[in-house]
Amino acid sequence: MNFNLLKEHQMLIKLYEEFTEKEVKPWAEEIDETETFPVNTLEKLKRYGFMGIPFPKKYGGAGGDILSYILAVETLSKACATTGVVVSAHTSLCGAPIFEFGSEEQKLKYLVPLASGEKLGAFALTEANAGTDAAAQQTVAVKDGDNYIINGSKIFITNAGIADIYVIMAMTDKSQGTRGISAFIVEADTPGFTIGKKEAKMGIRGSSTCELIFENCIIPKENLIGKEGKGFSIAMKTLDGGRIGIAAQALGIAQGALDETVNYVKERRQFGKPLSYFQNTQFQLAEMKTKIEAARMLVYKAAYLKESNLPYANEAAMAKLYASETAMEVTTKAVQLHGGYGYTREYPVERMMRDAKITEIYEGTSEVQKMVIAANLLK
Amino acid sequence: MNNLINKGVWVFIEQREGEVQKVSLELLGKGRQLADQLSTKLTALLMGENVAQAAQELIYRGADEVIVVEDSLLNVYITEPYTKVMSCLIEERRPEIILIGATAIGRDLAPRVSARVHTGLTADCTSLEIEDETQNLLMTRPAFGGNIMATIICPDFRPQMSTVRPGVMVELDIDTTRKGEIINIKPSLVKEDINVEILEIVKEKKQKVKIEEANVLISGGRGLGKIDGFEILNQLASELGGMVSGSRAVVDAGWIDRDYQVGQTGKTVRPNLYFACGISGAIQHVAGMEESELIIAINKNTEAPIFEVADVGIVGDVHKVIPALIEELKSLKK
Amino acid sequence: MKIIVCIKQVPDTTEVRLDPKTGTLIREGVPSIINPDDKSGLEAALRLKDEINAEVTVLTMGPPQADAALREALAMGADHAILLTDRAFAGSDTWATSCTLAAAIQKLEYDLIIAGRQAIDGDTAQVGPQIAEHLNLPQVSYVEDLKRDGDALILKRVFEDGYHLIRVKTPCLITTLKEMNEARYMSVGGVLDAYREKEIEVWSLKDIEVDHGNLGLTGSPTKVKKSFTKGAKTAGKLYDVDSKEAAKIIIDKLREKYII
Repeated sequence: MNFNLLKEHQMLIKLYEEFTEKEVKPWAEEIDETETFPVNTLEKLKRYGFMGIPFPKKYGGAGGDILSYILAVETLSKACATTGVVVSAHTSLCGAPIFEFGSEEQKLKYLVPLASGEKLGAFALTEANAGTDAAAQQTVAVKDGDNYIINGSKIFITNAGIADIYVIMAMTDKSQGTRGISAFIVEADTPGFTIGKKEAKMGIRGSSTCELIFENCIIPKENLIGKEGKGFSIAMKTLDGGRIGIAAQALGIAQGALDETVNYVKERRQFGKPLSYFQNTQFQLAEMKTKIEAARMLVYKAAYLKESNLPYANEAAMAKLYASETAMEVTTKAVQLHGGYGYTREYPVERMMRDAKITEIYEGTSEVQKMVIAANLLK
Repeated sequence: MNNLINKGVWVFIEQREGEVQKVSLELLGKGRQLADQLSTKLTALLMGENVAQAAQELIYRGADEVIVVEDSLLNVYITEPYTKVMSCLIEERRPEIILIGATAIGRDLAPRVSARVHTGLTADCTSLEIEDETQNLLMTRPAFGGNIMATIICPDFRPQMSTVRPGVMVELDIDTTRKGEIINIKPSLVKEDINVEILEIVKEKKQKVKIEEANVLISGGRGLGKIDGFEILNQLASELGGMVSGSRAVVDAGWIDRDYQVGQTGKTVRPNLYFACGISGAIQHVAGMEESELIIAINKNTEAPIFEVADVGIVGDVHKVIPALIEELKSLKK
Repeated sequence: MKIIVCIKQVPDTTEVRLDPKTGTLIREGVPSIINPDDKSGLEAALRLKDEINAEVTVLTMGPPQADAALREALAMGADHAILLTDRAFAGSDTWATSCTLAAAIQKLEYDLIIAGRQAIDGDTAQVGPQIAEHLNLPQVSYVEDLKRDGDALILKRVFEDGYHLIRVKTPCLITTLKEMNEARYMSVGGVLDAYREKEIEVWSLKDIEVDHGNLGLTGSPTKVKKSFTKGAKTAGKLYDVDSKEAAKIIIDKLREKYII
């Protein structure tokens, strides 16, 4: 058992922190305020190799392990949860299924530009009537000679409209239920594929969340990932991995809020003393810190299991459940400790609290995580 | 150069276009003291082309002798010919101490010379004294970004070389009754000594003055109320020959440019005088200015944390105290 | 073109604090960084690598922990790294340091040697020019811009009151200012390669040819006699008086400190 980070991880953290401080933090407030996707940051993320951290070099990646990638999402999210989710959705939900389930040709054609950051990726499972009940898919893909024709729509798709490559789920055989779902790669400029309504959101407002519309969208059969009928399994495994990314995002948000609060309570004075002097403040901070550290252990352990090719779905669910709830609790306390200022946009904790909420919802709500954990316990 | 029979204190006279730099006069002031303590001669070393006319003043400023080395190859400062001349003279005449201004020229020349003659060099000294028992030069300098001071000696090698920042030592007033010797030396320089080619010489007034380099900073915070509050700070700054800076709050508010921000996310400053006007003293701010020599804070709030680091704390309104202070300063000048 | 960049690992002096009670330096928890002037020198070398495929070797003399600074340089894009470490080098002043570094450089091929102008922990600005002297190379210090001109370099050498544009033929040594450029970050792949694929050559005394009398504390002409802090800051006095009185108090203090 070893809790020490490797030297390479420590050096990566130094890089991530420097990058976040200079390239991410200065824009966090503005992209939230104006709901602007951080295009310039994306260019720099690409240049410094953030867009394909866990993929092998031969596919354009940095050749890192899962932890190297998780530490990046965590650190970016300390300053800006939007930037964290852009990287996480791109890597875990689009790059990963192509890497894990795609053919060699698909990897060379799609993973290489994704991992090198030339192209941005997204993942589409959720539909208006298929949220937590993902099996209720209504988007269909019909085989037509060498092509598939896709019809239907997806909602709440992260990176939609900006992404160049989408991994989508569609029914190829309705009679088979979840076993009739297949996974496809769709390029953004495919005729018949359009971007619908953009959501106005509570948090992670710089990220682009839109509807995808498929109207007789024709894609070559080579874009089927794996075999027909494997889509649901691919989606679920992808989300297992994605959850570690979201858990890392939640962890980063919580840590960022704690850091802001520690600075604030040393500075802010009431009754002639800094807030940090009061025991209530100290106890709150102690609880925040302890929960963050517990969440961190769960997140890093899930990353370790996935890296080691050991079963990790259960640990990923626990990591996401606990880290996201910790993020919500810590950011709420952070706002409270900031008092009236905490409720204003003058301090970042207000944004962090809004950003934290989504981590309890997307890539499986807290309730879904509990279903996964309980099912493992009772099987 | 490992020889203890060396005698005499030398000052390298830095001239730019024939104009002797103030730091060199300051070093003559210090060199005079050291030479007197050691009962030895103070020598000014003046190099350049057509610079001899400056020699007499160097005697009036404290030198006992001036070595004038003139050559067309010494027209503009270039490392190699200056190093060669200076090193040869050191080998021939064996001084005990050499003081050089810690300027962009002195800090280029001194290390090269010290390496050539094999002796120690101490940079950016703030105090120079002679140790009674050993007659060694005690060279004290800041290190670690000014956080600690170290006293350095060079016991076994001569000359003891040291560079000193401008403004640290005090020059002597001109004394036209002083007498001294002017020695002209023709150096043995050859064209090959010019191992770099100067293509262009550009003089410019530094557009951007850096607040890190200011001796006096008048710094404003949110307590100024509004951007107009900086007017009185500017007035005070011009009375005291300082610059204006600000806290993060006023930078964020757009009252002053980010280049002038003091604090953890801005600049770290260590002026001789830091005036905190209407600055509460958040830790981030204090971290950037607490090393200032003298801190005076004016704030309405008795509890403002800035008072914990201030040498003088004035509980009061910036808009009243500063005009009163400016008034007082003006009347003093009359 | 072969470039050797001399770097130094330094404590981040902007993070150094004095203990308010004892007035001593708190070194604990102070991060180590690549000295800023050196980092810009490295960036200048890496730009030459981008431009003309120059081969960049970073060299440092220091304790084994200086490995981290070299890995960082590799992660930014340097090709080779050499750590010069030996107990015999401990206590070196700038003269002994430059002598040791010069001996190591003599083992290497080079067209250009780059050193930062000065290190933030010592601020001496001596090692670069002294290396140049030991190697008998032309030096240009305080460089703020660099361009290539055939087998020569055109350098902007700054002074307090302007600058010189200087053309110098390689081989030569330059010292760089941090204002010269904005150094790149490491890249993720670069960090991983720096630990997994690249090697740091560790050289000790036996790997260089140098007169042992010129090394470490014995080879250092200068010695530290003592070091001290300026002492803890005592809390000042608070005055709650009218403006006129306050102005007088301030002026007295300014006089006492010779500011006016």
